[in-house]
Amino acid sequence: MSEHVVPRRVYYAIFSTLIVLTGVTVAVSFVDLGPLNTLVAMTIACVKATFVVLYFMHARYGSRLIWVMLGAGVLWLVILIALTMGDYASRGW
Amino acid sequence: MTQPPAPDRHYLNVNYGVRSWLLTVDHKRIALLYLGSVTLFFMIGGIFAMLVRLELLTPEGDLMQAETYNKMFTMHGIAMVFFFLLPAIPAVLGNFLVPMMIGAKDLAFPRLNLLSWYLYMIGALFTIWAIVAGGVDTGWTFYTPYSTAWSNTNVVPVALGIFVAGFSSILTGLNFIVTIHKMRAPGLTWFRLPLFIWAHYATSIIMILGTPVLAITIVLVALERIFHFGFFDPALGGDPVLFQHFFWFYSHPAVYIMILPAMGVISELVACYSRKRIFGYSFVAFSSLAIALVGFLVWGHHMFVSGQSVYAALVFSILSFLVAIPSAVKVFNWTATLYKGRISFETPMLYVFGFIGLFTVGGLTGLFLAALGLDVHVHDTYFIVAHFHYIMVGGTIMAYLGGLHFWWPKISGRLYPEWWGRLSAGVIFVGFNLTFFPQFILGYLGMPRRYHVYPEEFQVLNVMSSAGASILGFGYLIPLVYMIWSMRYGKPAPANPWSAAGLEWTTPSPPPTENFPVTPVVTEEAYAYDLPARRLPEGTHV
Amino acid sequence: MSEAVSRVAHHFDDAAQQKDAATLGMWVFLVTEILFFGGLFLAYVVYRTSFPEAWVEASHELDVTLGGINTAVLILSSLTMALAVQAAQLGRRKGLIVFLALTILLGGTFLGIKAVEYHHKVVEHHVPGASFQFHGANARAVQIFFSIYFAMTGMHALHMVIGVGLLLNLMRQGLAGRFTPAWYTPVEMVGLYWHFVDIVWIFLFPLLYLVGRHG
Repeated sequence: MSEHVVPRRVYYAIFSTLIVLTGVTVAVSFVDLGPLNTLVAMTIACVKATFVVLYFMHARYGSRLIWVMLGAGVLWLVILIALTMGDYASRGW
Repeated sequence: MTQPPAPDRHYLNVNYGVRSWLLTVDHKRIALLYLGSVTLFFMIGGIFAMLVRLELLTPEGDLMQAETYNKMFTMHGIAMVFFFLLPAIPAVLGNFLVPMMIGAKDLAFPRLNLLSWYLYMIGALFTIWAIVAGGVDTGWTFYTPYSTAWSNTNVVPVALGIFVAGFSSILTGLNFIVTIHKMRAPGLTWFRLPLFIWAHYATSIIMILGTPVLAITIVLVALERIFHFGFFDPALGGDPVLFQHFFWFYSHPAVYIMILPAMGVISELVACYSRKRIFGYSFVAFSSLAIALVGFLVWGHHMFVSGQSVYAALVFSILSFLVAIPSAVKVFNWTATLYKGRISFETPMLYVFGFIGLFTVGGLTGLFLAALGLDVHVHDTYFIVAHFHYIMVGGTIMAYLGGLHFWWPKISGRLYPEWWGRLSAGVIFVGFNLTFFPQFILGYLGMPRRYHVYPEEFQVLNVMSSAGASILGFGYLIPLVYMIWSMRYGKPAPANPWSAAGLEWTTPSPPPTENFPVTPVVTEEAYAYDLPARRLPEGTHV
Repeated sequence: MSEAVSRVAHHFDDAAQQKDAATLGMWVFLVTEILFFGGLFLAYVVYRTSFPEAWVEASHELDVTLGGINTAVLILSSLTMALAVQAAQLGRRKGLIVFLALTILLGGTFLGIKAVEYHHKVVEHHVPGASFQFHGANARAVQIFFSIYFAMTGMHALHMVIGVGLLLNLMRQGLAGRFTPAWYTPVEMVGLYWHFVDIVWIFLFPLLYLVGRHG
């Protein structure tokens, strides 16, 4: 975490973006996109999370080690879900 | 090598009294607090083992009823896995040595370290309460729906105890990771670190990434059991196999939490007692990371017969073969280190030889089990029991004892009695093999685990196994006695009785509270022993 | 920049190393939280793919308006938290206290709305267990949905309660003048924790409230 001071307007901009994206998520959910609904909702959620991590949590101004740690956590969660779903998806084969 | 003089003031006598121990933030004192706790649980687990082996002396269930027997092996597993094997090397040797090996005054978060011990003790108390209140009979694996819907035993208190102890593990791992990243002495680059540190770093990664999944698993089991939330209950449309995915996602990497620190110990001991640098240092270092990573990809091999899909089983089988490779790399590198080394046979080295042989047997039988076709036949038999005891007991406990003896002069300022050390190492080795080798045969012949009765034709091997267990148990008692004896009556130890390399040996025995009054500056590679890793003259044919 | 009281612990070389260590430590802890909540996400994924219609039915039983308001409340609280950290960084004590208070208020609002929602679920007999009632062919799977709903939102709410406790403690320390531009690490660390709890909700909201909302 550096001593870098983030300008307030950046925080306000991120906040507004997050609120707008939340509204978009809700609005899109009322439109029938078939299987894409979940994908769109999760993609927007990932974008929102990224903004929070980068700006509110100062990861943008922090060390690369933090990125590696965070990436490992996300990757491990993906491993957990992917390999388990591999079982469930192939049960009927 | 000039050695610092024997100290007047050191971490053991800097202050006295129960409060100075229970409120300590000195990593070395905390390590000793853990030493006491894990030794207690080793004995508790050992008593349950004794009761199991007593029952199995005869084919009939004449010592206890089936339900009681179920409690015996369950409590044996829980006490040994969660309260002895998982914490022993990291929380005792790791806590003591990690700061010292990197030239630091303490871990990054000393108070968190103390909290870790208290969390362990709270978890331990829940578990002891559950034992006293009648025990648990689900097996240490808590499979659903038995554990959530049918068992009448104290599942929730034990689950709570393990949950809390899990946080102890997480905080220890967190402390190690931050310490190793941020508090290395000047000049101590990653590739100059002792392999013990690499091993504990890899272990900490597993603790951080795996243990939380165990924690949430326990929460879900508790919710289902207490509130009848449906997660794993087939009556509600849930899948009991999902529990197994949850459980083994942690519990397989957990076995690497148990073995990686042991491998770190072995690396240190092999180098010292062959007076040689570790052959292939970077391979050994990376193999620790590889085990941590690949170890997370294989959990389904515990579920080959549980109802997971055949295709998933195939994937897990292949990955399970892969995970053996980094372990093999280590064994080859230790062997190459020994080659043309100047080997001596002090007690720690006897444990090293025991480890290398027995871990190899355990590891190879693991490959048998990774083969889907073979595992289907020996799953839930004594073959499995033998396999994991070869690794956990023949591997981890041997390394733990070897490390305890090796660093005992540093920890206590005393020398243990060498002759007794060698004797007990021998007794343990004999007792171990007599206990567990027959179990490979029993499993291959088809004797199932977790049964208190068995067909008569298996009795001879069972009697051998129980006899071995008594010898093994006796073997473990001997060091307990002489280590305690040595704390008062042992010869005072010099700073570096083994002429070993490593920053911890540059401090007095026992060290002062702050370890290093002046932060050392590191200029050498690790293991600066007289013999280099490669010593073959030009043109030598191997 | 000299400090009257050195806040550097004896085992650290300097304040920078101490702060680095604290930051890395908090991030490592948050990684454990990713895996902790992640387990619940696994259960969600497994059962949603098994029971897609039940998921739609069950999700419709949740109040999107309340959930949406709560999402906005939490995002606003992340803003006020970030501003609180900035106030500490700039030595603005009053600003720190005000933004901490706002964050606590917003956190409390979130929990209050959650309590209202839980009350609805109790009244409608949607709490899994003996009192659960649901009509229709998918009742069993709907009960699993609600098991996951309560586990996820309950665990999240527990983390919020802990967060509010941490924030109250920060306010107490802030009022006592403990934080200066040279040392405000606890404020930053609690901030990281608070933002993480917000991120969890960012995922929970669409997964629980917005399933099959079209049609």
